[in-house]
Amino acid sequence: MTQAQNGNPVISIQKVSKFFGAFQALKDTSLNVKSGERVVICGPSGSGKSTLIRCINRLEKHNAGKIILNGVDLGDNKESMEAIRTNVGMVFQQFNLFPHLSVLDNLTLGPVRSRKIPMEDARKLAMKFLERVRIPDQAHKYPAQLSGGQQQRVAIARTLCMEPKIILFDEPTSALDPEMINEVLDVMVELAGTGMTMLCVTHEMGFARKVADTMVFMDHGEIVEISPPEKFFKEPDSQRCRDFLNQILQH
Amino acid sequence: MIRITTVILIGIVLSGCSSNWGWYVVDPTKASGWVNLKFLLSGMYYTILLSLTAILISVVVGLLVALPGLSDKPFLRRLNQVYVEIVRAVPILVLILWVYYGLPQVTGLTIGVFWAGVIALALSDSAFQAEIFRAGIQSINRGQYEAAHSISLNYVDTMRFVILPQAIRRILPALGNQLVYMLKMSSLVSVIGMSELTRKANELVVSEYRPLEIYTILVLEYLVIILLVSAGVRWLERRLNANEHN
Ligand SMILES: Nc1ncnc2c1ncn2[C@@H]1O[C@H](COP(=O)(O)OP(=O)(O)OP(=O)(O)O)[C@@H](O)[C@H]1O
Ligand SMILES: [Mg+2]
Repeated sequence: MTQAQNGNPVISIQKVSKFFGAFQALKDTSLNVKSGERVVICGPSGSGKSTLIRCINRLEKHNAGKIILNGVDLGDNKESMEAIRTNVGMVFQQFNLFPHLSVLDNLTLGPVRSRKIPMEDARKLAMKFLERVRIPDQAHKYPAQLSGGQQQRVAIARTLCMEPKIILFDEPTSALDPEMINEVLDVMVELAGTGMTMLCVTHEMGFARKVADTMVFMDHGEIVEISPPEKFFKEPDSQRCRDFLNQILQH
Repeated sequence: MIRITTVILIGIVLSGCSSNWGWYVVDPTKASGWVNLKFLLSGMYYTILLSLTAILISVVVGLLVALPGLSDKPFLRRLNQVYVEIVRAVPILVLILWVYYGLPQVTGLTIGVFWAGVIALALSDSAFQAEIFRAGIQSINRGQYEAAHSISLNYVDTMRFVILPQAIRRILPALGNQLVYMLKMSSLVSVIGMSELTRKANELVVSEYRPLEIYTILVLEYLVIILLVSAGVRWLERRLNANEHN
């Protein structure tokens, strides 16, 4: 938390709007994220959480406003692609592992092809991160042979192999059976301890309390609430946020 | 399948014992029959070479035509549509005649029978290949593109390492069908004088006057090649899928 309070924002989202046809999924949203900050984003379904973080690595292209990533104003250009390649990784709800490749090949593809790292070094890197997510023994299996929790940990390792400074998580545990959620959250908590900048869309409030420096609540394409977790869970400013928290914390 | 075919074949051969048949023309135990049989079988080389060359080219062209069809730019999609619609509309036999007799007049270059056949077959097949590839690539989940994007693969690498390997596994049965189709359509190239299976059979019929036996052998020749190809495709499918352990 102390770390998060210092320095310039590594991501600065300034009045960003995103339209899908006539539908506005993001409305003038602004958010600053500092290096090492852990941001947890929550909100009802369809509120624009995924859209917001997907704009940061340009899986969605914003229509208005600015996103400054490490000093680069993101747009359709080489410089932006380079800034994203060297800074941002993403972990998806559905893992999105490459089913035709072994775990090891899933992990080395990015380093070898886009970071131009020699295969030998890429393998070492892959093994290092497989150990970090505690499944080095699965390196030669195929994704379909692993449990959901293991697949998501492989996906996290695949992201780590790009050695990003920022990782975007889009509901990383929502597709998992309950008994597998913790093994993934544990890995994420550990990752949070390494000083990684994390933007995490999740409804796992236990996890949020444990690692978040900043809580963000979104509704209808707008950021309604940005506050530190102590305040967020005790006395959020907005009624909408209070209602939402009551709803999900009931379970 | 194999068993049923064998029964039918034995049936045909046995009925050959009746007086309507004259198997002597292709009886390998007789000197002239052996010569005839070798003559018929010698067409195998060009049938296979022609079909394989044509399908290799049509797969490449088909893929190159499929890619603009997947673009989000309407102009490129339109280009793909126009190609597919026009090429698909021309009967193969007509295309063969046009490439062999017509194209040299347009380009001033004479083309041999073999390459005329290859060009016509490949061109015609490429429209179908393009549709097969387009459907195969479209069947791949969006998440695969997103994952490729998240590890910063460029378009070519995304296609080469992520999308196509999966798409090709899925379209393998359809590619197998196209190869079978190609082997059969190669018989049409006989009209411009290509010495493949059908041409050889026709030539022998003219000199021996035994169309029943000779064309029966011709049927069997295609049957054997195609059954082997089907078995080969199934083997490949099993091997590739075993890799994924699904
Ligand atoms: N590609 C798209 N085309 C059209 N509409 C879209 C597209 N992607 C998202 N939307 C719409 O934008 C809105 C925000 O979507 P988004 O996926 O960001 O919501 P979310 O907060 O992540 O919801 P969830 O919790 O369900 O994942 C939704 O109403 C959704 O229907
Ligand atoms: Mg979402």
